[in-house]
Amino acid sequence: MTAGSGLPHEFQYADASHQANTAIAGMWLFLATEVLLFGGLILCWIYSRHWNPVGFDAGARQTALWIGTLNTALLITSSFLYALGVAFMRVGNARALIHCLVLTLMLALAFLVLKFGLEYRDDFARHLFPTATRFALTGAEAAGGRLFFIFYFLGTGLHGIHMLVGMGLLVWIIRRARRGEFSPQYYTPVEVVGLYWSFVDLVWLTLYPLIYLVGRG
Amino acid sequence: MNSTAADTDIAVPRGQTEGSYLTDGYSVRSWLLSTDHKRIAMLYLASITFFFFIGGAAAALVRLNLIVPEGLLGSAEAYNRLFTMHGVIMVWFFLVPAVPVTLGNFMIPLMLGARDLAFPRLNLLSWYLFMAGGVVTLWALFSGGLDTGWTFYTPLSTAYAKGHVVMAVVGIFISGFSSIATGLNFIVTIHQLRAPGLTWYRLPVFIWSMYSLSVLLVLATPVLAITLVLLAFERLFHIGIFDPAIGGDPLLFQHLFWFYSHPAVYMMILPGFGVVSEIIPAFARKSLFGYKFVVWASVSIAVISFFVWGHHMYVAGTSLYSALLFSILSYLVAVPSAIKVFNWLGTLHKGYISFDAPMLYALGFVGLFTIGGLTGLWVAALAADVHLTQTYFVVAHFHYIMVGAMVSAFFGGLHYWWPKITGRMYPEMWARIAALIMFIGFNLTFFPQFILGYLGMPRRYFSYPPEFQVLNVLSSAGATILAAAYLLPLGYLVWSLLYGDKAPANPWRATGLEWKTPSPPPTVNFLVTPVVTTGPYEYPPPERTSG
Repeated sequence: MTAGSGLPHEFQYADASHQANTAIAGMWLFLATEVLLFGGLILCWIYSRHWNPVGFDAGARQTALWIGTLNTALLITSSFLYALGVAFMRVGNARALIHCLVLTLMLALAFLVLKFGLEYRDDFARHLFPTATRFALTGAEAAGGRLFFIFYFLGTGLHGIHMLVGMGLLVWIIRRARRGEFSPQYYTPVEVVGLYWSFVDLVWLTLYPLIYLVGRG
Repeated sequence: MNSTAADTDIAVPRGQTEGSYLTDGYSVRSWLLSTDHKRIAMLYLASITFFFFIGGAAAALVRLNLIVPEGLLGSAEAYNRLFTMHGVIMVWFFLVPAVPVTLGNFMIPLMLGARDLAFPRLNLLSWYLFMAGGVVTLWALFSGGLDTGWTFYTPLSTAYAKGHVVMAVVGIFISGFSSIATGLNFIVTIHQLRAPGLTWYRLPVFIWSMYSLSVLLVLATPVLAITLVLLAFERLFHIGIFDPAIGGDPLLFQHLFWFYSHPAVYMMILPGFGVVSEIIPAFARKSLFGYKFVVWASVSIAVISFFVWGHHMYVAGTSLYSALLFSILSYLVAVPSAIKVFNWLGTLHKGYISFDAPMLYALGFVGLFTIGGLTGLWVAALAADVHLTQTYFVVAHFHYIMVGAMVSAFFGGLHYWWPKITGRMYPEMWARIAALIMFIGFNLTFFPQFILGYLGMPRRYFSYPPEFQVLNVLSSAGATILAAAYLLPLGYLVWSLLYGDKAPANPWRATGLEWKTPSPPPTVNFLVTPVVTTGPYEYPPPERTSG
């Protein structure tokens, strides 16, 4: 057993770094299960598109490309800021970490406002919800179009829930950082939440082309 | 396993050093909010016992109905709801979790020489998720039930089925996250919390099978979760991902469902392999024959199990070539399975065998698993399966694996570790009687079903032609015996909690770290962290009384 750094740790671990490694391993494994969760959805999505290309293409053309693109930029920037915050924490600058995370949180909020406040409202107004009685797409495009919008709402909804969880975690990390709980020796929660936040970003990078780009051409 | 105390050990940081985990607080709160893996295992044990008897009661009613050809219950509707209830409860709330969350939860840290699982609070959360999912599902089943069968095939489940499909699906969805949390916790624990000197090849086979099982849990369950979400959406909003009438594809559902549910079969049986691999060496007083082969057989079964799901769909309209491929892959599973059986037999060979109750259960497991496995080859064969699919032959086959083998292993493990878990010895004679009755009752219940299926009796019908009655009555009679065999341990194990003899630390003179600590173990498991210097099954040569 190593002598350890003298930092407090839970009783099942040999020392604090053992505990930190375990936490990070746990988050990676959790993200693997998330890949399978979203993977199942995306598999169904691509499979259904394969059999209904006309309706899916028509559906994609109804989406707001500018919102999707802007949101992609917002999320990538937010992940960059988070990573920057972790780098600041590594050298002991907790103040800069807090600034970075607050900015991350604001970008996430902007994403949600654009996505659910603006885009969803617009989708409903234009009868794009798949159960709408006067669904916007008609004829050969109707069935596939409805399918496209099922996947659109499910995918973005599930992603949105993950963002809300992530924002809750961001608030938690910011509060702990403000209480001065992190140091260059101990900032495991910051790293673990960072892994999660990057994953949420990654999911969006898969959804973005599926929703806005494929079939628009 | 030889072990010595680590000389650089740190002091016990938490919990009491005297008494056991059972005496560490007596309030309800000290149980319901405990993060001790041993207490959580006991919470789980109570929960799955409850679910087991509910699922068993539904099975009893199913068998009752089938005593007469026209169906004793008189209602096909009620019959459909009963077998759905039986399947849903047994698969998700007993068979998949049974061994991992009870024996696994209790034994993994002990066998690793660890103080707890890596994430104790996650462990407690997983129990609450399990109970939440269980309550929602029970609510769905008892407020009217549903008639889809446990497989939820579309478009039956999304368009035509009556009853609380969505609510049942929500319950299963929630309990799925309990499985994921458990699997994640086990994998990380086995990687991170092994005692000094406990290398991978010194791990007991039980740990290896828990590891393989956990990989299945974390990789397959999320796919089931998203599939159930899609199913619920389709039923709620009448829009088709799986409904062919609106551009969907019902086969897509079957692919996704069996991508989870075929590995799920191995989630049920892998823990059984692990338990039996502990019991047989202990009661044959011999090292496990071919340890590395048994270990890698577990791992390869876990891997191959992800590539055989298509054998559930031979007659569903998949292409002949894909069916052929799935058939070959299904045959492949037989190789590691046979390796295990031969290695257990090799362990028994020239062993100094004693027939205590755990050993009786383990031997029952080997026999029943062999029958279940060999009949699996029949249904893996394309031509035979066209005849046998959707008949009682399939029902008998998977019950031999999932109930015969797996439940035997569960009871074997429960008896084997009961002294460690509770600090009390169970009454040996009663336990042997129960093991024997269980074996007889099980075979009487399910062997006739092989014949019924071979003769062409389809599954899931509440009535049948009169010429099948004799075999059906035999099967129902067997079910009565089986029910008695399941109730017996409930009686004498509870009795032993109060009146059983106090158990020594190692009543079986078994190897393994779990036997190095008192029975029942203290809250911290080990007052000094053990250091491991040898392999897991170093049994001394038997002391024979004569030549």
